[in-house]
Amino acid sequence: MTKRYSIFAGKAVRFAARLRGGGSALPGLFVEKIDKDFVADTLAQLPMGVVVVSGTNGKTTTTKIVVELLEGQGLRVFTNRTGSNFSRGVAAALLSEVNHRGKLNADIAVLELDEAHAVHFVKHIPPTYSLLLNVLRDQLDRFGEIDATAKMLRQIAASTKNIAVINREDSRLINATHDLVTNKEYYGVDQKLAGMFGDDDSIHDKTNIKVSDIPVTTLLTDIDKPAYQLNGATISTKLQLRGLYNIYNSAAAIALVRSVLGDKLNIAKLTTSLENIRPAFGRGERLRVGDSDLELVLVKNPSGFQLALQSFNAANTDTMIAINDDYADGRDVSWLWDVDFDSLRDGNVSDVSGIRAYDMALRLEHDDIKPGRVDVNLKRSLKKFIAGSTNSKRIYCTYTAMLAIRRELGKITKVEDVS
Amino acid sequence: MTAKLKILHLYARDMNIYGDNGNILAITHRAKQYGIGTEVIAYNPGDKLPDNIDIIIGGGGQDSGQSKVVDDLQAIGSRLKKLAEANVPMLMVCGLYQLFGHKFITSDGTEIPGISLLDITTTAGPERLIGNLSVDSAQFGELIGYENHSGQTFLGDRVKPLGNVIRGAGNNNHDGYEGARYKNVIGTYLHGPLLPKNPEITDYLLFAALANKGTVLPDVAIDDSIANLARKYAFGRPR
Repeated sequence: MTKRYSIFAGKAVRFAARLRGGGSALPGLFVEKIDKDFVADTLAQLPMGVVVVSGTNGKTTTTKIVVELLEGQGLRVFTNRTGSNFSRGVAAALLSEVNHRGKLNADIAVLELDEAHAVHFVKHIPPTYSLLLNVLRDQLDRFGEIDATAKMLRQIAASTKNIAVINREDSRLINATHDLVTNKEYYGVDQKLAGMFGDDDSIHDKTNIKVSDIPVTTLLTDIDKPAYQLNGATISTKLQLRGLYNIYNSAAAIALVRSVLGDKLNIAKLTTSLENIRPAFGRGERLRVGDSDLELVLVKNPSGFQLALQSFNAANTDTMIAINDDYADGRDVSWLWDVDFDSLRDGNVSDVSGIRAYDMALRLEHDDIKPGRVDVNLKRSLKKFIAGSTNSKRIYCTYTAMLAIRRELGKITKVEDVS
Repeated sequence: MTAKLKILHLYARDMNIYGDNGNILAITHRAKQYGIGTEVIAYNPGDKLPDNIDIIIGGGGQDSGQSKVVDDLQAIGSRLKKLAEANVPMLMVCGLYQLFGHKFITSDGTEIPGISLLDITTTAGPERLIGNLSVDSAQFGELIGYENHSGQTFLGDRVKPLGNVIRGAGNNNHDGYEGARYKNVIGTYLHGPLLPKNPEITDYLLFAALANKGTVLPDVAIDDSIANLARKYAFGRPR
């Protein structure tokens, strides 16, 4: 089958899939089947190459930040924006961007890839740059052990052609990559912030944490008014992105952009871009529902949930927690017991929902928090939560719960379309 | 107020990544509901093992966490055995369940020595056994949890199984047994964590510890409605 025909056919499937509603990876699957080299050939045209972003926490938001920072520097960027972070999703995203001759109108590609899929992807398409965020306890039911995830990220770094950019404060990641001959650059935090973005080895013991002495290209020096040191300058910014983890995700993105552009990096433009970045869907996204503000915070593992709870003040806020245990969330909900919920006692936990609502309620009971209502029916629970009061509202939710909540909210307010 | 119970959290730092901290939260929470005071001591390699321990609880870790505690466990093994013989209740989950046995034989044939407190032997299996696990126990009724291990554990004559697997793999995928019992020691693959959703076992550990002090569990009615609903929904979930 000729290339032009496979692209045309893939676009037709994409159109059909959209009419059906949803299924962002389906056309990618189709074109992958009929033209194995489609993704590799198309990406190989890009003058500045391919960036792969991976890690257990913060991929989607960090990818978004990287893309917007690079665009702010005047580059044309291709990305798999739909959050379909499998190679098939990349093919699907490429299909919508290429013209019928297979040309991609971009200087560089920035791809968010799930750890396991990234390993396969880099075998065929070694990235020019990689950005490795962290190896936190996540989806143990899928990968068995977090040390297995560390090995996957090692493979991504090993196949990176120019520079692998690595989080210095994640000891598991450092141990997995230190002996590689790949050119590596690092980002990290100042000693006074040591332990704030720690790894799982420090989750039960936060005493005496020292930052490593590996030199970094980008250093997070302050979180109250986020400040970063790079290229001999200090950038002090006001971010629209909320949450401590996003301040650190920004450090990761800045480091990557610096590695790509080197001396050509325009610091003033970088600062402006940073201040304009809005949250990725469901990741600290703020919506207006009736007379109140509602914030959606995706949680999927203990480190992420803990940092989210530390980031937001629970006082004067109605909180809802929705925990599902479908495949995409992880079947195992034991991670809820590695999170400390004390801070929610300051506010009103009005609703607990999701398939594992009662597991969550049981967890809260052990921190002496009694939720207003517990209901496994997410639709009903959300309805009552919204009708509750005019307080500002925050929902902590797992991945599939987040998708369901956005769908429901879309019926009553404007929710950005991400398909 | 009954006497305070001293709970040792064995290898709190290195063997504690599957939510097993919930076992500590559950037992202290429940003790409080009975009006029993508790003191939790986090024990890590190199620490001095305290005297007068009433209950010992240990969890699972990464293989790397396991290698950090192996030597220390050998050093304190004989004292732990004496405590077990003295009927001190213990709950060992997954990684420490394995290391309380004779040995763990890895996939390349290396033998990691255990302390032989439990008459069990574990060999690395070809596949990881992952998923929801439910068990029928004659003593405790139906138990619910989540397993995630590659080790296949087989019981010797001096231990009894904790129960029979209803759904999941349990000790191995051959004999249908889950866990091991010896005196007041319980070894199991049930994460979840185990105690919050299986309060019968929490009560048993508290009861046994108090019996060693010559007292009994106070007669207090505890509302387990949330735990029971959490159990109900957990039983209905796919493997």
